[in-house]
Amino acid sequence: MRPGVLALSLSGLVALLFAVSLLIGPAQLGVTESLRALWSGEGGATVLVMREIRLPRALLAAMVGAVLGLSGAALQGYLRNPLAEPGLIGVSGAAALGAVIALQTGLAGAATLALPLSGLAGALVAVLIVLLLAGPRGGALTLILAGIAVSALAGALTALVLNLSPNPFAASEIVFWTLGSLADRSMVHVALAAPFIGLAGVALLSQARALDALTLGEDAAQAMGVSLTRVRLTLVLAIAAGVGAATAVAGAIGFVGLVVPHLLRRWVGARPGRLLWASALGGAALVLAADIAVRLIAPDRDLKLGVIMALIGAPLFLHLIWRTRAEA
Amino acid sequence: MSALTLRDLTVKRGDCPVVDNVSLTIAPGEVVGLIGPNGAGKTTLMRAALGLLRSEGSSSLLALGPAERARAAAWLPQAREIAWPVSVETLVRLGRMPHGAGTSPTDDAAVHAALQRCGLESFRTRSATALSGGEQARVLIARALAQDAPLLLADEPIAGLDPAAQIQIMEVFQTLAGEGKAVLVSLHDLGLAARHCTRLVLLHRGRLVAEGSPRDVLAAQHLAATFGISGAFVETPSGPLFQTLEVLR
Repeated sequence: MRPGVLALSLSGLVALLFAVSLLIGPAQLGVTESLRALWSGEGGATVLVMREIRLPRALLAAMVGAVLGLSGAALQGYLRNPLAEPGLIGVSGAAALGAVIALQTGLAGAATLALPLSGLAGALVAVLIVLLLAGPRGGALTLILAGIAVSALAGALTALVLNLSPNPFAASEIVFWTLGSLADRSMVHVALAAPFIGLAGVALLSQARALDALTLGEDAAQAMGVSLTRVRLTLVLAIAAGVGAATAVAGAIGFVGLVVPHLLRRWVGARPGRLLWASALGGAALVLAADIAVRLIAPDRDLKLGVIMALIGAPLFLHLIWRTRAEA
Repeated sequence: MSALTLRDLTVKRGDCPVVDNVSLTIAPGEVVGLIGPNGAGKTTLMRAALGLLRSEGSSSLLALGPAERARAAAWLPQAREIAWPVSVETLVRLGRMPHGAGTSPTDDAAVHAALQRCGLESFRTRSATALSGGEQARVLIARALAQDAPLLLADEPIAGLDPAAQIQIMEVFQTLAGEGKAVLVSLHDLGLAARHCTRLVLLHRGRLVAEGSPRDVLAAQHLAATFGISGAFVETPSGPLFQTLEVLR
């Protein structure tokens, strides 16, 4: 498909899903009524619902999806492996641990931003450990191993926090948070995550040409003027900022970074550079769609976004393995 | 002006030198064959010359910045890596990266010429990973040619290819030299090296043992001391050809 056509189709899909996301919710509002309230700010309770509940939810879904898809595509391009996903470098696990600690200590209840900030702190610690372990010049393998080690440690500590939670209610609060959701988020969450996700997006998109060159392997790319050290540092820091912020505001949402690049690869002629923006748009569309599904399937049960994503993502992942096996 | 000048180039792994004080000059118009047994340091020498690993001594390429260096020398690694199923043309166009965006008429012309030279015009839109090993090797050479650098370093580009492909690739190198470019190519096939290279460089345990015309470098004492084999130039209707004979005991 021509890149222009693909970009237009994906943008159109994102815009459509964004609009649908704005129109869905427990409050039964008319289409014109809600859109007018959103634009003009006139209409009492409707304005509140649109501007304080639905708009931040749709914005977060688009942002979180975009950065997850983009990070997955960038990491797959760098590692030249279609099975890589942003969680591989340990940031999502560590961000979740940070958030869980905020819940456990009661910090989360004290201030709205305590939970996401604590998640971001977790991501920061993780990226420092990974860079320390893998070193500035280490290869792709050390990066993966360091990521796995940090992920494992964060998982163990999260389990420990759960284990030590004072009562079943605290434990279930933690468990539900880790399932990932965009319900009851406010513009404050959007404002917190936006700069990190925006910076991550710019940084990752700037590596498009280097990732294209890496198609030929590290040696050939380097001989064409690509600085591997710079690519790696940019990727690790950007993914930490973007995925860390996404996890901090939305909880752990898996499979987006794995599945979206895989689905879109053939539409961009397998070029890793082009796959970046395509996966950002595709990720936004997928998470918006999943968040719509969450509200349509069981409006009164608070179905978690992370659960739906896993239910969509795991079969797609199986399909990927199946196809990889068939091609081998 | 030379295309590549190495002066006392040394690469150490721990305390052990893998490339030991090698000085070498390659002039435009030459196809220089780099020969030597496995582990002689051929790959290490070329990677050090390109600045892909740390070395002592000097390489004329190291004085240049990364982008300038990429315009001065193209590198064809031995591992034929094509990570994604991109089209042949997309892959060859990657060679234009050091020159900018890769979409100008000059870029188009260079890509077209490289495809043509490697006999790949009919493969343009095919997926590079779906091709045979020999075809992939040609695609990767076309990528290096598209880079349009005055110097090409190729690490065992003909290993594992059928005889026709081996000869075709060596002929591409000779054509390049005829156009005033320089080629440094490591080879294990001494017959092809003798036939297609203007000059041979013999490495053994990291040291430059002999350098000069194929007849001088493939002399009996050098073959015995480095490869542990005997060999001879044989008169054929196509002129004198080098033939390896037996392992010396």
